[in-house]
Amino acid sequence: MALTLMKGSEAIAEAAIRAGARYFFGYPITPQTEIPEYMSARMPEVGGCFLQAESEVAAINMVYGAAGTGARVITSSSSPGVSLKQEGISYCAGARLPAVIINVMRGGPGLGNIQASQGDYFQGVKGGGNGDYHLLSFAPASVQEAIDLMMIAYEKAEKYRIPVLFLADGIIAQMMEPVELPEMVDFKIDPEKKPWACTGWKPGDDPAKRGIINSIFIDTESLAVHNDELQAVYKEVVDNEQMWEAYNCENADYIITAFGTVARIAKSAIAELKEKGINVGLLRPITVWPFPYDAVLKAVDQPSVKGVLDVELNEGQMLEDVKLAINGVKKVDFFGHCGSQMPTTAEIVAKILSMKEGK
Amino acid sequence: MAVLFEKTKFLTDKQFHYCPGCNHGIIHRLVAEVIDELSDELNLDGKIIGVAPVGCSVFAYDYFNCDMYEAAHGRAPAVATGAKRSAPDRLVFTYQGDGDLASIGTAEIVHAAHRGEKISTVFVNNAIYGMTGGQMAPTTLIGQKATTCPTGRSEEWSGLPIKMSEMLAAVPSAYYIERVAVNTTANIVKAKKAIKKAFKYQMEGKGFCMVEVLSTCPTNWGMSPVEAMKWLEENMIPYYPLGVYKDKGAE
Repeated sequence: MALTLMKGSEAIAEAAIRAGARYFFGYPITPQTEIPEYMSARMPEVGGCFLQAESEVAAINMVYGAAGTGARVITSSSSPGVSLKQEGISYCAGARLPAVIINVMRGGPGLGNIQASQGDYFQGVKGGGNGDYHLLSFAPASVQEAIDLMMIAYEKAEKYRIPVLFLADGIIAQMMEPVELPEMVDFKIDPEKKPWACTGWKPGDDPAKRGIINSIFIDTESLAVHNDELQAVYKEVVDNEQMWEAYNCENADYIITAFGTVARIAKSAIAELKEKGINVGLLRPITVWPFPYDAVLKAVDQPSVKGVLDVELNEGQMLEDVKLAINGVKKVDFFGHCGSQMPTTAEIVAKILSMKEGK
Repeated sequence: MAVLFEKTKFLTDKQFHYCPGCNHGIIHRLVAEVIDELSDELNLDGKIIGVAPVGCSVFAYDYFNCDMYEAAHGRAPAVATGAKRSAPDRLVFTYQGDGDLASIGTAEIVHAAHRGEKISTVFVNNAIYGMTGGQMAPTTLIGQKATTCPTGRSEEWSGLPIKMSEMLAAVPSAYYIERVAVNTTANIVKAKKAIKKAFKYQMEGKGFCMVEVLSTCPTNWGMSPVEAMKWLEENMIPYYPLGVYKDKGAE
């Protein structure tokens, strides 16, 4: 198949459409506005619906409304906008609605800046909204990987009835890369497969099958049952859906942990360090929730490994999960910048060299 | 034997949790009867979606016998928008109180009207927050006491009560806005007609419609149901006049 040169935002949007998404609700915010722009032109071509909402708050609640009918729905935003969506994300999780939410992360806190960042790891992975819930969270490191993940996102979202989050740094959305686009999926709402959805119940039908999209369970026992069910789903996701890339980890002297674009910079550093005779591996989580704790520990817990370096485009957020995974088995160093200052190959090389010197 | 009267099938058998004298029971019944009648007239079998709010009617999904959503506080018009856009052949209605619609959800209701969203809203205005126990609402009248304005609402501190029907009628794409009450038999009949008109307009593909229903809250007003009806007549109706504020279909 021929490769097409595409901007990340547009590739993500096109992949969502090919994965069956027919409803997009969003609000403009840099650096992801190309997604709604692309959707506004493309959705009508495939008989779908693009709607510019009055706010991110409204957009995620429109997602709640459309997903409740069984449709494949998507919204995208960037950090401050995703903060506004947190209420609705929690409701989607509580009502067990499958949907895809894109966060093209920019610098924060507050308005921060419009440059690439990984500053919303905590928000995406550790909650964001209220209550005990998780989102299956993908952190693509290339435009192609974002496309490939999108093609499985709805299947996973529908299988587990949980929202899926794309935690992409601004670089992924803004850069152009040659990509292979998959074929269009032929998705139709199947009431048999989505018995929970509002697909046209009428009086006289089985009362148990009436569509009720809801996250309130007012009495103590029913909320406990609901949360137990959610936790059982999350355990299943943890058991089955962890994804990661282990690169050059076997017998490595040092292990770098990084996600998204930063992991690609780390690979360049690893190549330079190899020339200096230092063997460095990379453990890159692709799902940041569920976090691949065992894979990180396995990469690190080798006699050859002298230290671990976590590199992020923030002040050290995934670092906490890396430390949990390693649990004191090896020393973990951190190197990172917050929004807009990409860690450079030279900086990562220098950091590993200083670790080697015991600094 | 001929059936002269029966409960509408669009209400479940679940017992209402509402307080004695609360008007939600009447309004629920009107909405359900309208759906029942239109369901036959317009062949809407399996084509009804309701959206419940946060507030006293948060459990409306337990009472309306059709596909239902429970929305986040104030977001019902956005949820209804998503549902209607993805299922345009359905009758989609929201049922919201004044804390929900006139306070936290003003952006969502204004923009649903602004887009001419083909949904219908039943807005129950009882001038107070009921579910949380009687706090001041944007619709609370001047001088009216509430737990967060214990000496009575003042214009200087909290402004004048918001008039949602008047405000939404000014939104260009709003199609039909009417304010009704359910304090007398005659008004109940009018209220039902208004709800039916709003739902009918929706199914004719017209724009956004809202019926504001003035309602009592004996519990949080600290009155008997009879006193509350009297208070509504003497205080609410003069400030919130009943009538059609906009009807593009009649123009």
